[in-house]
Amino acid sequence: MAAPDLASTVAVAGRTRPTFATTAGRVAPFVVTVLSIAAGLLVWELVSRSGLISEDDLPAMTTTFNELWSMIHTREFWVAFGETVRGWALGLGIATLLAVPSGILLGSSEFANRALRVPVEFLRPIPSAALIPLLFLTLGTTLKSEVFLATFGAFWPLLVQTIYGVRDVDPVALDTARSFGVGRFERLYRIKLPSAFPYIATGLRISSAVSLILAFTAELFMGTGGLGQIMNVAESFGLTVQVYAIALATGFLGLAIYVLFAAFERWALRWHPSQRAAAA
Amino acid sequence: MSRRTYHAAAIAAEIAVPVAILLAWQAWTVQAQDPKFPRLSTILVEFRQMWLFSQFELHVVPSLTRIAAGFGIALVLGILLGIPLGLSRWGRIIAMPHIEWWRAMPPPALLPISIVLLHSIENRQKIAFIAFFCLFPILLNTIDGVRGIDPTLMETARSYGMRGFERTRRIVFPAALPQIFAGMRTSLSLAVIMMVLTEYFSSTSGVGYVLLISKNTLQLAPMWAAIVLIGVLGYLLNLLLILVERRVLAWHRGWRAATAQ
Repeated sequence: MAAPDLASTVAVAGRTRPTFATTAGRVAPFVVTVLSIAAGLLVWELVSRSGLISEDDLPAMTTTFNELWSMIHTREFWVAFGETVRGWALGLGIATLLAVPSGILLGSSEFANRALRVPVEFLRPIPSAALIPLLFLTLGTTLKSEVFLATFGAFWPLLVQTIYGVRDVDPVALDTARSFGVGRFERLYRIKLPSAFPYIATGLRISSAVSLILAFTAELFMGTGGLGQIMNVAESFGLTVQVYAIALATGFLGLAIYVLFAAFERWALRWHPSQRAAAA
Repeated sequence: MSRRTYHAAAIAAEIAVPVAILLAWQAWTVQAQDPKFPRLSTILVEFRQMWLFSQFELHVVPSLTRIAAGFGIALVLGILLGIPLGLSRWGRIIAMPHIEWWRAMPPPALLPISIVLLHSIENRQKIAFIAFFCLFPILLNTIDGVRGIDPTLMETARSYGMRGFERTRRIVFPAALPQIFAGMRTSLSLAVIMMVLTEYFSSTSGVGYVLLISKNTLQLAPMWAAIVLIGVLGYLLNLLLILVERRVLAWHRGWRAATAQ
């Protein structure tokens, strides 16, 4: 473990021309990553084809990808895909609009924080999944239910991160600004918000995943349109290959959202020491 | 406003706001007369009748068992896999693509698959499902915790000739423990959510099952009582873990306080 780390550190510190050794040091991890993914897919194929797990229960990798390939040529798939993305985006968007201002308020005002601490601590651990039956009866199987569920789930991580971020403001910077006569509002958007920004970015990464999970949950359980709903239909008709293909598509969507928001988080944190160390 | 009156007002608000919310809920439900929103007092009476403790053994015990087993399996596997991966760069390069894929997968997308694959809607499927998705926060935090160990600590261990299992047990594991607990907190709240999801999808017992059945039969007070129970369970489990963490990590916090001075 120590040897390659040391080699790359020296190379960075010396800023020498890339030699064969350093190039290999950079390419090798990439090659191994690709090989590891290929091996995973191969194992999937073999486990199914050899009958270790029956093909009825676990369709082979190639069968599943073939199914996904023919699915993405249908309009129904893209309609469902679009509906899931819409539920996700609305949930995350509304949660952000609600959670960030509330978080700034609760983070800046000790009084507001104390007053609302108990309700927040009680509501936060309520699994949003428990609200599904209630939404069924009140908002029905509509987009509103889906968005409400996604918003409720995505709200809490963002709220907590924003509160932490606003609290973590450098008190010296705040005092300095105050002694220069910088007003309350200007302090908020020139000092508190920029310093809370990386925390909010982390909150957005967590909440983006939660919002997708709950949008899909609403579709699977309540039958609002989307990937979850077509999975439910495929499941009830016993179309196992289709169920797997939809799960694969959902996984790719989840991965895309994760990669996007993790990149945004890294960008927001670029000045932070933890990231500089990791980048080197 | 003086400091003392400020503190008094803050404490008063801390008590008054939750009480006001509960009173407003009761007042609104009394006035609305909407069967979908039974009175808060009705919900609480129902809660006491159902859960304290006539149906406790029938439905709460299975749910808690599933949470405990799933979370326990995830904890053991997460630490057993996380420590070697944290120590080995190549291990991480090989394992990370797989870990990243499964942690990004929305759990409900695997619900139907878990039933097909495990031929079960009983504990086997429920516990496996909970364990699988609780694994990732613990695993990733263990890896991070091990990677973040102060190099001086590892060098010191090496110069004392400490290696292998001895080094893992006495240096690596304790040093990573605070971060492992951070992962456990995320996983435990996930475990409650996964419990509800699996019991809601297809099952014959558990709190999620009661939720589903009372919705389907339009028994609204029991449905609300089940929602309240799930909230209380989530809150209490989180509280329990915080108490355990305080106890187990007492040395860590003490050490940090000592070095901070």
